[in-house]
This record gives sequence, structure tokens and C-alpha cells, in this order.
Amino acid sequence: MSGDGLVASGLTHGFADVAVLDGVDLRVARGAVLAILGPSGAGKTTLLNILGGLLVPEAGHVDRPFVRPTFVFQDPLLLPWRTARGNVAFGLAGKRLSHAERHARARTMLVKVGLGQSEAGRYPHQLSGGMKKRVALARALAVEPDLLLLDEAFSALDVGLSREMQQLVRLDAQERGVTVVLVTHDLSEAVRLADEAVVLSGRPGQIVARLFIDRPARLRDDAFVEAEIRRIAALEVIRDAFRPTLSG
Amino acid sequence: MPRIPWRRLAAGERRWAVLGIAIIVALWEAGHRAYGDFVLPSPLATLAALGRLAADGALGPAILTTARDACSGFLAATLAGSLLGGIAGRSRPVRAMLQPLATMLIGVPAIAWVVLSLLWFGGSGLAATFSVAVAAGPVVFSAATQGTRTVDGGLRTMARAFRVPAGAMIVDVYLPHVLSYLLPALGTALAMSWKVAVMAELLSGTGGIGDGLATARAEVDTAKTMAWVVVVVALLLVVERFVIEPVRRYFETWRRGLPGEAA
Ligand SMILES: Nc1ncnc2c1ncn2[C@@H]1O[C@H](COP(=O)(O)OP(=O)(O)O)[C@@H](O)[C@H]1O
Ligand SMILES: [Mg+2]
Repeated sequence: MSGDGLVASGLTHGFADVAVLDGVDLRVARGAVLAILGPSGAGKTTLLNILGGLLVPEAGHVDRPFVRPTFVFQDPLLLPWRTARGNVAFGLAGKRLSHAERHARARTMLVKVGLGQSEAGRYPHQLSGGMKKRVALARALAVEPDLLLLDEAFSALDVGLSREMQQLVRLDAQERGVTVVLVTHDLSEAVRLADEAVVLSGRPGQIVARLFIDRPARLRDDAFVEAEIRRIAALEVIRDAFRPTLSG
Repeated sequence: MPRIPWRRLAAGERRWAVLGIAIIVALWEAGHRAYGDFVLPSPLATLAALGRLAADGALGPAILTTARDACSGFLAATLAGSLLGGIAGRSRPVRAMLQPLATMLIGVPAIAWVVLSLLWFGGSGLAATFSVAVAAGPVVFSAATQGTRTVDGGLRTMARAFRVPAGAMIVDVYLPHVLSYLLPALGTALAMSWKVAVMAELLSGTGGIGDGLATARAEVDTAKTMAWVVVVVALLLVVERFVIEPVRRYFETWRRGLPGEAA
């Protein structure tokens, strides 16, 4: 169970001869949090799917010494015919647990993401977008992953809730030493949670900047986050990276 | 003057069903008065004939035999159709191979299957079962194929990411989606099974409602014939109301309140 953590080298991928990723190298130490930033269409989701083993890259290699990698997808991808509780329990289907235990765990985890008894019994089409996102988060956390891959997991939530969920993920990850890779277009999310952030940009996507945030996550107050965002946003590479989306 | 609650009256579905049946019976009676006993016996005369059938002890065994023929064929059609359809939905080559075959089989008239199976299986009870299975099977197969083929790729990826075992994959990801295609097809297939079973019995003379119809025809007894028709229709309605409808409701509770779905 030692190992170096997640190591990716020379990742190159494309869809139907459109190049999406070109020579991406990454290294995430065990228990560390990496944020992947970048404009829409830069290939963040593609990169995350490759890192998690859902997609085989055309070239390059991923070293993934983890036993339970888990995703929160950009679309919540809930089973429409299962209640919120049923969906969280479904994530535990691979574990040796009784039906009752699975549902008990699901209930507990739903409470942690702020969904009570009445929401737990509802079907996805009866939940708001933000609630669905939280069900997906609960489903991922319930399996107690050692590698957690979050694709814009907090984006459909309002500011307060998004902060709360970030806190939940941070505490859970710290407590159990979970390695986290999160994709986001929200700089403040990266600054609050990540030890390192990479910026993916261009076509095909390449890593154009690597930023390190040294202060431990639990010691980052609002003032620090604000100062850090201002510092990063002022960097030339960052402004260049996000410019294509501003103009079109 | 009290206002008539039209909306409430209109909302009672059962009332409308009763009204529909009443209209049919009225038309039947009118037809009887216009054309006489031989062409169209009155509803009452038919009921009397039905009573005689029951008193003779002919009704019960006939219903049982037809039910056995229809259900055994339907079961075979459901098992084979779902299994092959499920495989075809997942595998392009299998689909390419079996789909044209199913289309061809659907094109063969049910009565042709009856004649062929009588030639193949003779007077044994197997003829009816086989006709039913081969007539209903392709319908089930097509629905199962279509359902399996259209399962959301995102959900499949999600299930794979959570390393869900194969059993849960089938039960939780595939089945609920496939059922939304399969259940209506099974309803059609079940109705078809009764009709084909009666048809096969009529020609094979091995008992059942079809055999009863054949006898009534030989005796030129129109009231008896109508009585047998009423039995078949009643059986279809009972099966629809007490088997198909509850099953559909059970599997589709989650759809309630979905856009475009009745509450
Ligand atoms: N399954 C796919 N088939 C074809 N093109 C795809 C597929 N997935 C993503 N793409 C394309 O790859 C590019 C990167 O997509 P994505 O990784 O989703 O970007 P991001 O998550 O950064 O917005 C986009 O241009 C998108 O259209
Ligand atoms: Mg994306």
C-alpha cells in the first residue's frame, strides 16, 4: 500500500482524429489534492477519465496504485429508477454488505451532504440539480475511496453549499488520507482545496502552468484565499489560458 | 338547481369503461333485432348458452387447456425472446444476424404457424405451444433488443467506475430500462398468445376453447359460438387487468411525476 501515488506520463488522446490531449505529465502524491483548471473544452474531463482508468489513452501511461478509485461525474449519472438512497446504495453494490447495511450507510452519507429523510426517498427527477450533485458526491464518499476523482462536483451548488461540500470533502480526505484529483473552472475552489493546481489549455490541451499552494488547507482563511486568487489571476499564463473562452 | 359536477363525473375512469361496454352491448342487441337469432343471437341468449356450457362441465377444462397452451407458449417466447434479445442488444454481429430473422418470423401469418406445427407435431398438445411461442417470440425479441441497445452509456460507465458486480449491473442498470420496452411488448405478446392458442386448438381438435368453437361451428350453433368468443374476450380482459397492469405499475412507480407522464 505504499507506492508513489498517482503518476501519469505522456498522456495523449483524441476523439475521431481531433486531438484533445497532448503529452500531459502529472504526479499526485498519496494523500495530496491536485486541481485541474482550464477553459471549457480543454480536455479536463477526458484527462480525469484517463486518470481514473475509464478511458485508455492513445499514448502514455498511468500508474495508479489504488484499490478503490471513485468518481463524481460532471453529469450526476444517477439511476433514474432508484431513489436518492438507492443510488448511494448502488455505489456500494460491490461491497460485501447486507442490503440493510448498504441502505443505512447511504442514509448516513446523505445526511452528511445535507439531504434528509424526505429527500432520500425521492427519485432523481424529483430533485434539483444541486441535490443530484450532492447525491452523486454521497455515492462516491460512501464507498470510502482511496482515490477520489471529482469532475466539477461543486459547480451546480450555490456558494454557501458549495463551500460546505468542499469542507466535507477536505475533512474526509484528510481523515482517511484520500488522494484527490478535482476538475474545476472555479479558481477559489482550487485555492481552498488543492496542494497543487495545473492549468490545462490549448488545442490539443497541454499543461501550461503548475501552481503550488503551500499553506495547509485547514489554515487557509478567506483573506488568504482572496489574496491567492488575486496573485494567480494576475499571472500572464493564466490570463492567456482562459482567453480563448472569453473571445468565443 | 344543483350544478352537475361534470369534471368529477368525467374523472371516474371506471364509469367510462362501463359506458363503453354498455354501448357495445346495446349495439349487439340492436344487431340482433335487425338480423335475427341465426346471424346474431341476443346478448341474453349468448349468456344462456354460456350458462349451459358451464353446467355441462365443458367450460372449466376448456379454459384450463387454453390457458396451459397460451401460457406455456408465452413463457417459452418470453424466455427465449428476452435472452436472445438481450444478447443481440449488446452484440452488433448477433444483432445483425438475428434481427432480419425476427422480422421474417413476424411476417409469417400466425395461421401458417398453426398449420405447420400441426404437420410437425400432429395432434399432440405441443402444436399449440409451438405456434404460440414462434408467433410471440419475435415480438419479445425485438423489444428486448431495442431496450438493451438503448441503455444509457453514461450509466454503464458509472457502474463500471464503481466496480459494480455483473448481477447488480443487470438488475439495476439494464433491467429497469429494458423493461420499459419489454413490458408493453409482453402485453401484446400475451394477448397474441391467447388468440394463437385458440386458433391452434380449433384446427387440432385437442381440447380447449378453440376445440369448443370448432364443435359449435359444426353444430351451427351461433349462440354457443358467441359464448366461446365472450369467454376468450373475458379472459383477455382479466389477464390484462389483473396481471399485465399490476406488473407494469409495479415496475414503473419511479416514473410518476416525470414530465409527460400521468401522475
Ligand atoms: N466521447 C467523445 N467523443 C468525441 N469527442 C469528445 C468526446 N468527449 C469529449 N470530446 C471532445 O473533446 C474535447 C474535450 O472535452 P472535455 O474533456 O469534456 O473538456 P472539458 O471537460 O475540459 O470541458 C471537446 O472538444 C469535446 O468535444
Ligand atoms: Mg468537462
